[in-house]
Amino acid sequence: MKRKVWAGAAAALVSMTALAACGGGDDSSSGPISLRMTIWSANEAHLALFNEIAQEYIAAHPNVESITFDPLPFDTYTTALTTQIAGGNAPDLAWIFENSAPDFVTSGALVPLSEKLSSMDGYEYDDLAEAPLRLWQHDGELYAYPFSTSPFGVFVNNDLMAAAGQPTAAELIAAGEWTWDRVIEAAAAVHATTGKAGLVIRDFEYRNWDNLSTFFRGWGARAWSEDGRTCGFTDPEMVEAMTTLHEAIFVKQALPGPGTSADFFAGEAAMTVTQISRASLLDDTFAWDLVPLPAGPAGEYAVIGQAGLGVLRQSAHADVAVDFLAFFTNPENSAKLAQFFPPPRQSLLTAETLAKTNPKLTPEQLQSVVIDGISTGVVKPSHAGAAEIAQEVRAALDPLWTADADVEAVLADVCSRIQPLLAD
Amino acid sequence: MTSTPMGVGRAESRPTPRRRPFWTSRRRDHLAGYLFITPQLLGTAVFVVIPLVLVIWYSLHEWNVLAGTFTYVGGENYQALLEDQNLPGVLRATGLFSAGLVVFNLSLALLLAVLLNQRLRGTIVFRTLFFSPVVVSLVAWTIVWGFLLQDDGGINALLRLVGIDGPNWLRGEGTAMWSVIMVQVFKNVGLNMVLFLAALQGVPSEIYEAAEVDGAGRWRQFWRITVPLISPTILLTSIITVIGSLQVFAQIAVLTQGGPGNATTVLVYYFYQQAFQFHHFGYGATLALLLFVIVGALTILQWRMRRRWVFHES
Repeated sequence: MKRKVWAGAAAALVSMTALAACGGGDDSSSGPISLRMTIWSANEAHLALFNEIAQEYIAAHPNVESITFDPLPFDTYTTALTTQIAGGNAPDLAWIFENSAPDFVTSGALVPLSEKLSSMDGYEYDDLAEAPLRLWQHDGELYAYPFSTSPFGVFVNNDLMAAAGQPTAAELIAAGEWTWDRVIEAAAAVHATTGKAGLVIRDFEYRNWDNLSTFFRGWGARAWSEDGRTCGFTDPEMVEAMTTLHEAIFVKQALPGPGTSADFFAGEAAMTVTQISRASLLDDTFAWDLVPLPAGPAGEYAVIGQAGLGVLRQSAHADVAVDFLAFFTNPENSAKLAQFFPPPRQSLLTAETLAKTNPKLTPEQLQSVVIDGISTGVVKPSHAGAAEIAQEVRAALDPLWTADADVEAVLADVCSRIQPLLAD
Repeated sequence: MTSTPMGVGRAESRPTPRRRPFWTSRRRDHLAGYLFITPQLLGTAVFVVIPLVLVIWYSLHEWNVLAGTFTYVGGENYQALLEDQNLPGVLRATGLFSAGLVVFNLSLALLLAVLLNQRLRGTIVFRTLFFSPVVVSLVAWTIVWGFLLQDDGGINALLRLVGIDGPNWLRGEGTAMWSVIMVQVFKNVGLNMVLFLAALQGVPSEIYEAAEVDGAGRWRQFWRITVPLISPTILLTSIITVIGSLQVFAQIAVLTQGGPGNATTVLVYYFYQQAFQFHHFGYGATLALLLFVIVGALTILQWRMRRRWVFHES
């Protein structure tokens, strides 16, 4: 009996030792180098292209053994990335959303890129347009490369517009009537006639309010002042824009209300505000068009969504990662990536070049939405401490999404909640 | 019995004391016992004690993950806890969720257990049906309920069939929390139901027979016999449910993200926001400690109160 007890105790210890041995892994920095890049796209076409570029790089650099693209969920991307950084498991390279750009760029989390990119043969650093770089610079130094500078446009389901007896977007543009008032009227007519949704501001979902900047910028409204220190939600332009939006949702029913989902790309809505990268979701089940954002009372405008690519300072191979970043974004690879992500390179921003890699879009659509949009567009709201501010705005805006909301009072509450954070 | 020979006069005649071996049977048993619990102790140290100590350590620091700075701030995070204007609302939401979950979960579980304890046809099918959500993935379960509770979702479609215009469950200040509670109740009621069933089947039938002879009705039997005799299980399920309710996260993250407003921002979700979304890891650690204290205090309170209402306890 005693022997059995001892054998059992020994077995327990052995299994613990074995477990401990399994857990240990020496990730020594010597030997072949492996790089990891976190991204928020799990699109197979994107990954195939990234892997193709990575394989080319590996072939030319024997010291690099592998480059892994690690897709993290879109909704919780920044949270997952910062958690990895906090856990000492930072990737070597990472995509960064525009709304968290100030946090990453100013914190020192990223490795400076200007010197490497500007001194590299054949990189053509001067080809990078000034405006798209601004958000990713700090004290004149570039900390992330804006690999995607994608203006928002409106995809239109011409079949649904016709079913509701509405002119197509192209006809409205030709008639000089492509305005938010007219779009809301057409969207309301589609809903009333067909029962389908009129207009969907994609990804807004009554939570991600920064997507509303594609709407309120038409009134000249801003979430906060240029210097980021003063709340803009109580400005008359914002009050007017939000009043129009509230009426469009709850009175005219031009937009589906909170808690109601409608997917434009499944044919459930007549119009949707989103970026061109979503064009890959289109099939030919209905006639569609892509047009710029409608004009608001403040005239024509464009809003850009951006994504940056940076090298984490925590990376054990930061110099190699910077070198790969330079290769990944050189003129040849930028041209390849342009089919999904409009680059900041001026030489590539021509309708002809983009059309080669965007077969679904016509040169006219690319010119009016992408090229003109990038040259005139403003970037979606961003601020240091973006997540906390965004959460406060989201919570304060929630009461707006009911039929009997007092728009002005809600917007005043937004400002009272975020002003202390903006002033910090 | 050993006797010591009594030598007379000469010291060398004193007996040398017999040396007891170090590895006595008692010591061997102790060592074997300790070796057996070593894996568990190591696990507890690595996954419980060390993290707990680290959380206390972090709570005394301001940790900016992006900048890579880790600055000692003493009691500043605790001061911030006292001054946090969101915290009362968060604690209120946490209390409401816990109270709602415990009351609905335990009542429904007990009701189902009593109903399914009858010897009727089909009870096994119903037991399986009510238990099956327990083994379903929590996130999958919550996502499905998220669709059902949408304004144009399945629940309101059913209500419309009977002429009721249902509310926007997850967007209404008054309905969002109750919706999350009910999603969680249906998810886990089967587990408590099985525990109650086991307890009910342990109550001797003679006691009911004797009570019936004495003229006690079904209701009186339930309160005077069933409840006291299954009270140890009621204590166990209430402790498990209270602790579980304080740690709710996935349901909130999937269904409401703490909204509308902050109506469903419970303590764990608030901690997640502060630490992982806003990068206030030091303050997040302070909130985690607050949760630890609350869970500990409630568990001790329930354990102490057991003497008052749990039968079989001295």
